[in-house]
Amino acid sequence: MTAMIEIDGLDVTFRVKGHEVQAVKGARFTVGEGESYGLVGESGSGKSTILRAICGLAPVTGGTIRIEGRPLGPRRDKAFASKVQMVFQDPYASLHPRHTLDRILSEPLAIHGIGEHDRRVVAALESVGLPASFRFRYPHQLSGGQRQRVAIARALMLEPEILLLDEPTSALDASVQAEVLNLLWDLREERGLTYLMVSHDLAVVDHMCDRMAVMEAGRIVETLERPDLLAGRFRHPYTRKLFEASLAAGG
Amino acid sequence: MSLLEVDDLHVRFPTETGMVEAVRGVSFSLGRERLGVVGESGSGKTITGRAILGLVRKPGQVRARRMLFDGIDLARLDERGMRRLRGQRMAMIMQDPKYSLNPVMRIGRQLTEGLRLRERMSPAEARRRALDALEAVKIRDPERVYDAYPHELSGGMGQRVMIAMMLIPGPDLLIADEPTSALDVTVQAEVLKILDDLVRERGMGLIFISHDLKLVSRFCDRVLVMYRGKVVEEIAADRLDQARHPYTRGLLNCLPRIGGPRGHLPVLERDPAWEEA
Repeated sequence: MTAMIEIDGLDVTFRVKGHEVQAVKGARFTVGEGESYGLVGESGSGKSTILRAICGLAPVTGGTIRIEGRPLGPRRDKAFASKVQMVFQDPYASLHPRHTLDRILSEPLAIHGIGEHDRRVVAALESVGLPASFRFRYPHQLSGGQRQRVAIARALMLEPEILLLDEPTSALDASVQAEVLNLLWDLREERGLTYLMVSHDLAVVDHMCDRMAVMEAGRIVETLERPDLLAGRFRHPYTRKLFEASLAAGG
Repeated sequence: MSLLEVDDLHVRFPTETGMVEAVRGVSFSLGRERLGVVGESGSGKTITGRAILGLVRKPGQVRARRMLFDGIDLARLDERGMRRLRGQRMAMIMQDPKYSLNPVMRIGRQLTEGLRLRERMSPAEARRRALDALEAVKIRDPERVYDAYPHELSGGMGQRVMIAMMLIPGPDLLIADEPTSALDVTVQAEVLKILDDLVRERGMGLIFISHDLKLVSRFCDRVLVMYRGKVVEEIAADRLDQARHPYTRGLLNCLPRIGGPRGHLPVLERDPAWEEA
């Protein structure tokens, strides 16, 4: 399996009011081509920060990030955008409220000088299960689940190989979560996408991912294969705490 | 006699496109027990809680055949009468401590405000009561939290402060609206435990509003399942696996489980007939 994403000794440090907060400390993992990899942990554990660091949205202060073997520099260029895309947690905040879906979806095409925008926008809507008639609607006319479908469609406009999914369903109702997870499942199968998915919900990660890393206070404390989780083959006390809390919550 | 009896509650909101009925004929009774109210966003669960406390803002309209709280008919009570009950004998914990606490007031002052104003308690006495309340919700260093501003607290701590604030007057009825949804799972368990102990020790009636059916069934005695403003099923919490209504069953089935089957999760097929039920 070729490595699509390699995170090697990654440090992320924020400077807040003169002192330093190290949000990610020496993270190390590899995601293979077509694999779905999960990052779990509680708020503040650094899992979303890793995704943001990959996108160039967080200050990397140590280590390297490689995409398909090539190390990323300090800036992200257009080639990066057509290879890696991110879907954010909150579909109420991640779509421009005064742009129609048509404009939201065609913006990446315009930036990258890709033509046929009519055909591509309609195809993108259909690929995420939205009718073409939605094309000239605004985000506020859509439900939360429909918005998240638009966010996924936008991420797919440039036909990337890697999707970074930051809590893609945690703002959604359970029945809508199931629909969006099913969509993500199908897209990965159809397009051979590689997923790096962040979630606080162990059951969601277990459902979607083959392997996962458990994070606590900026560190990866344990990495697991999917069967390990169900069989209780983990060593770190924090993993156990998370596992037991998830089972108790019905996961 | 039951603590609260709600009979045929309706809540409507006039909008540009006509009347929206958010709650359509909800009836239930509550003793000194833990009642869960479950439903998805827009099912009317939060509005039901707010209507009981008289917190539905105009132009919303609340109508009920009867809404008896300890013998008092809330449906006929004016705002002044309501204010005497609210906070004192009936209280509500909101979902997100970030939005429910005053960001520019120290915790201690927010906790003692009611005691100083309503009960004309001396500052020293109010402070002692507030510190006791913080201890009751298992805050380890109550003195520090007392002097802190809300932004200095984590989500779990903030929610404990909210619970402490609601418990100071010793209410008979507590309505908790998604009290743990903004919290991490491990913190969630701790906050639920605190809430549970308090309900048991003080013999309060609790209405626990949540979108999370499994969580509610583990924590409550009885569960009402709401769909589009109506109660479609009422079930003892320990019998949730025997739920009959297809909506309840659908909600249970669409959740992923650790070690469950992969691929497609069952999705909810909504039947228009459920709205009539």
